[in-house]
Amino acid sequence: MSVLEVRDLRKSFGKTEVLKGVSFDLNEGEVLSIIGSSGSGKTTLLRCINQLETADSGTVTVAGETFFDGAPKKQKESDKRRNQLLVGLVFQNFNLFPQYTALRNVTLAPRLLAKERPDYKDNKKAILEEIDAGAKEILTKVGLAQKMENYPCELSGGQQQRVSIARALLLNPKVLFFDEPTSALDPELTGEILKVIKGLAQEKRTMVIVTHEMEFARAVSTKVIFMDDGVIAEQGTPDEVFGNPKSERTKAFIRKFHE
Amino acid sequence: MSFAEQFPIVFAALNEGFFQTLKLFGVTLAGAIPLGLLIALGVMSRFKPLSAVLKTVVWIVRGSPLMIQLLIIFYMPGMLFGHPIWGGGETGRFWAASVAFIINYACYFSEIYRGGIQGVPVGQSEAGQVLGLSRRQVFFKVTLLQMVKRIVPPMSNEIITLVKDTSLARIIALQEIIWAGQAFMKGRDGISGQLWPLFFTGVYYLAFSGLLTVLFGKLEKKLDYFKV
Repeated sequence: MSVLEVRDLRKSFGKTEVLKGVSFDLNEGEVLSIIGSSGSGKTTLLRCINQLETADSGTVTVAGETFFDGAPKKQKESDKRRNQLLVGLVFQNFNLFPQYTALRNVTLAPRLLAKERPDYKDNKKAILEEIDAGAKEILTKVGLAQKMENYPCELSGGQQQRVSIARALLLNPKVLFFDEPTSALDPELTGEILKVIKGLAQEKRTMVIVTHEMEFARAVSTKVIFMDDGVIAEQGTPDEVFGNPKSERTKAFIRKFHE
Repeated sequence: MSFAEQFPIVFAALNEGFFQTLKLFGVTLAGAIPLGLLIALGVMSRFKPLSAVLKTVVWIVRGSPLMIQLLIIFYMPGMLFGHPIWGGGETGRFWAASVAFIINYACYFSEIYRGGIQGVPVGQSEAGQVLGLSRRQVFFKVTLLQMVKRIVPPMSNEIITLVKDTSLARIIALQEIIWAGQAFMKGRDGISGQLWPLFFTGVYYLAFSGLLTVLFGKLEKKLDYFKV
């Protein structure tokens, strides 16, 4: 069943058309890697789906909910927020909140959301304990059991990125997006992030990963999209796109990585 | 009268003046700290007319001497309406001075706030947004403390300047500490022609700004546990 549907998405910044009509589907449990050179529109595509940018036209549907229906009119903030929870986004440079510990970074949003529950006043203690327990479990899963009370400035880049993955996971999004999750890291730290993402893929979590790690993309994904100049130049299974690319542009791009 | 005899008399008078100085200082901060935030938010507003009007106000207030502003606020209403709105007494002068100081300092604070707010990386509010936080929650739970940390050093600078700027209220005869010290030149409580009480007021300013420096240092240290 298709959990993410993107239809003819277009976006311009001033006179520059960054997305020139992008359409694709993603089924539950699939892992999609989006590759392509810088400036091909990968990040803008992710930002439009995650409502950080408003597309000019096209539609985006997540788990049956319409995120964007082509009319750039203002959405109600409450609708936007409810939709927002269906997706999660891990940023290239983590964007952890520096004033909170790793644990509080992960629990901040669920704690604030819990306040809107009708039974919050009566069960406050139990609800908060449940959130904290969930957060501790996820932080342990990503290997940060010993770092929960540390502030972001006391963590390495790889550790910070793992906290930000845990932060997105605790809200249990239908689709989890990664925007070049290892690009801001030293090469020796990328491995630990890729390992976490591989683990999530094995759990059949639906993910969309914008990445420059070709080997990783080939190994982890069930589907690959190659973007070039604001359009999808090629899409298919990893073996099709990496092993037997049809478009000349894909061939040229992949050749560059093997040189 | 010997110095030993003069001292207690001068000391009591200066204390009384310094109390008025502290009152003006406190009222100015209480008004200018929130008003400055409103002005900063207005200047950053997407509603262009509001932004333009406030930018002009900030330009006028920062671009003219506080002493002139004090005189205008104290005397102008009387010239316009034919009768003074502040009243002639010490209370009237105090409120006129307070209004002038609050407006003046709010404009300076607003620029510091604006720098602080715009200095917080946009990724912080984006991270809040994708986690489903409302704009209000993003401001209060994510941005505000980072902004506070950024503005503590420039704010402490401005606030220490305010301690000494209160002496300008003397121009509308507010009986603050400079006024009290100067009185002993003209003659007061049987003492006249004495310059030292005026000089001695400097000790009050020094002590108080020293205290503030220590307090701001403590605040900076308290916010040292995270980096922005």
